[in-house]
Amino acid sequence: MKFLWPAIAALGAGSLGVVAISRGETVNALWLVIAALCVYAIAYRFYSLFLARRVFGLDPTRQTPAYAHNDGLDYVPTNKFVLFGHHFAAIAGAGPLVGPVLAAQMGYLPGTLWILAGVVFAGAVQDFLILFISVRRDGRSLGDMIRTEMGALAGTVASVGVLAIMVILLAVLALIVVKALANSPWGSFTVFATIPIAILMGLYGRFLRPHRVLEMSLIGFCLLIAAIWLGGVVAADPEWARRFTISGTSWAFTLMGYGFVASILPVWLILAPRDYLSTFLKIGTIWALAVGILIVMPELRMPAISRFIDGTGPVFAGSLFPFLFITIACGSVSGFHALIASGTTPKMLENEAQARMIGYGAMLVESGVAIMALIAASVLQPGAYFAMNAPAAVIGITAVDAAAKISSWGFAITPDALTQIAADVGEKTILSRAGGAPTLAVGMSQILSGVVGGRALMAFWYHFAILFEALFILTTLDAGTRVARFMIQDLAGSLVPALRRTESWAANIAASGLAVAGWGYFLYQGVVDPLGGINTLWPLFGISNQMLAAIALTLGAVVLFKMKRQRYAVVALVPTAWLAVCTLTAGWEKIFSPVPAIGFLAHADKFSSALTSGKILAPAKSVADMHRVLTNDYVDCALTASFMAVVLTMLGVGISEMLKALSAATVTTREAGNDLPMFRPQL
Amino acid sequence: MICQCFGRSFDLSRIARRLGETADLMVGVPDYDAYRAHVKSRHPDVEAMTREAFFRQRQAARYGAGGGFRCC
Repeated sequence: MKFLWPAIAALGAGSLGVVAISRGETVNALWLVIAALCVYAIAYRFYSLFLARRVFGLDPTRQTPAYAHNDGLDYVPTNKFVLFGHHFAAIAGAGPLVGPVLAAQMGYLPGTLWILAGVVFAGAVQDFLILFISVRRDGRSLGDMIRTEMGALAGTVASVGVLAIMVILLAVLALIVVKALANSPWGSFTVFATIPIAILMGLYGRFLRPHRVLEMSLIGFCLLIAAIWLGGVVAADPEWARRFTISGTSWAFTLMGYGFVASILPVWLILAPRDYLSTFLKIGTIWALAVGILIVMPELRMPAISRFIDGTGPVFAGSLFPFLFITIACGSVSGFHALIASGTTPKMLENEAQARMIGYGAMLVESGVAIMALIAASVLQPGAYFAMNAPAAVIGITAVDAAAKISSWGFAITPDALTQIAADVGEKTILSRAGGAPTLAVGMSQILSGVVGGRALMAFWYHFAILFEALFILTTLDAGTRVARFMIQDLAGSLVPALRRTESWAANIAASGLAVAGWGYFLYQGVVDPLGGINTLWPLFGISNQMLAAIALTLGAVVLFKMKRQRYAVVALVPTAWLAVCTLTAGWEKIFSPVPAIGFLAHADKFSSALTSGKILAPAKSVADMHRVLTNDYVDCALTASFMAVVLTMLGVGISEMLKALSAATVTTREAGNDLPMFRPQL
Repeated sequence: MICQCFGRSFDLSRIARRLGETADLMVGVPDYDAYRAHVKSRHPDVEAMTREAFFRQRQAARYGAGGGFRCC
């Protein structure tokens, strides 16, 4: 056993070497998997132990909130493996599947390195740290802890920030669905079919067999598979295919209407059953993909580093620093996890020492999902990858134009190859389906069809993957609209108390309408954008998510200072500084870059000078459209500036709190069991 | 049922129960038996909710303000 860890270290270093150094020949994806697993093992065994013992001083004898406030409902001492599953299911979402796919345009190596380094030193540290401080404070929420530890100003700024992030997140997720389903009768049919399926499950779970979650999910799953099969029949029939061929803009309005209705309906009817279905489908699909990669052992066809690290890539604009880090976002560090780690998980922890496995460990698994997404994107022929992810404004709308353009970049592909891939997956075209989901679906269908079914089942696997992503994005969309609705009712309620009454239909409808209008605005803007929208919105989402992570880590550092453990606070300060530099640089470039593809102001200049000389630039078709493009640019600009202001405010407050803690003679933070006013949940 | 492998014994029925518990908790429904046991021992004067009421209560709580939302 003495040689176990040195052997793992050597194996990891060797595999990473193969991944990094091979040039000219293709590398097997297995090397990437081995390298990642070794890095995770070492980070977990050594770094997380260091965090647990030295930095946080986890105390296995300390009573956790689950025991202190046990009510059998929210506060329940829970087996660590059961809780791990719960926590992982709560943090795993669409983000780590999309970011790495987009990042693959720079080659697989930069993305891999950041996913690994980022999770070990930033992402997993953040999740662990927030879980730890929340457990010590009766499982309080992030906003609550920011208010008590950093003051009311920081608390308000953070909660407005979270609402803004939510709006951008929902818009970008909806855009991914639109990109995947636009003009795809097969995909559209299966997604529509999920609504009656969910309602059926909801009625079953409400009236026939309550509390039988797995039972109803199994019924739903079988119906879902039938719907995918039926979707193929629909797509093959010209009349039905025509009815389910829905344009991008129609999808955008359908989603807005749907989000609005779903956030008002009772949860048991659609939202909850579809949540069950998507949760289990997600966990199952992640397993299937992992097993698929291990069995098929695909070759990575994307180069290790592509020519687009210079920032001229068609998928997202901007150079490696800071935009690669902004693009990958959730796969290595996700600010949203701070909300989960201070949500239900700390209230169920059996023992403080288990925070290490659940906080740090679950994030390592999430990073593994990001690595798999990167592999799925990199097993595609690079030419096909760029055809799917480059906007129509760059590669044109026919396979011939696209193949010629992409081949001219040095990624040889024939028009026939592009048409063949589309035919294989049962679509008319795969061009310009940016947003990650379709690319991941083609990659997954290549891997999974290598395990079961071969080419005959490729179209089935493709639509299975699309449905799986659409399903959990839609779940996030209506759950998120609900959350945004409650946030708006809470914020507006401080001005107009009547709005706070969640049982009032008028207040609910007004707040839901505002929430949908918020994300709908950005969604529509993204759908009509000739550069595909993802280009603009994904970086905004990445900036906001990384900003939230910086806020959470700042809180963590402040608490470590207040605990008089400042000599270890560097574990939080270094990732905070890095995230701050990344988000502020990216924000600055999004506003002030002279390149119109990156900078909002430069883009606005281009349009306003065209306007003065009487020209109309695409996507605008009229002068009014031109003015709308200008408004969008200024709105995006203001939003980015407000994100930057939030980061700067929080950093400022954080630094002053740390200095205050430093000059205090004793511990200044309040933990539960000390003098924190006891928080008594009702039974 | 006990299964012997790798020189250790595994209680399969317990593992199966834990897996079921994990699946339920993944969608926000904690263990009902634990809840009942808790109410019986700590609050003997309070009547525990039925399994159905418990399920509905948890479902409503999950998607109330701030709940049920996930990201990435």
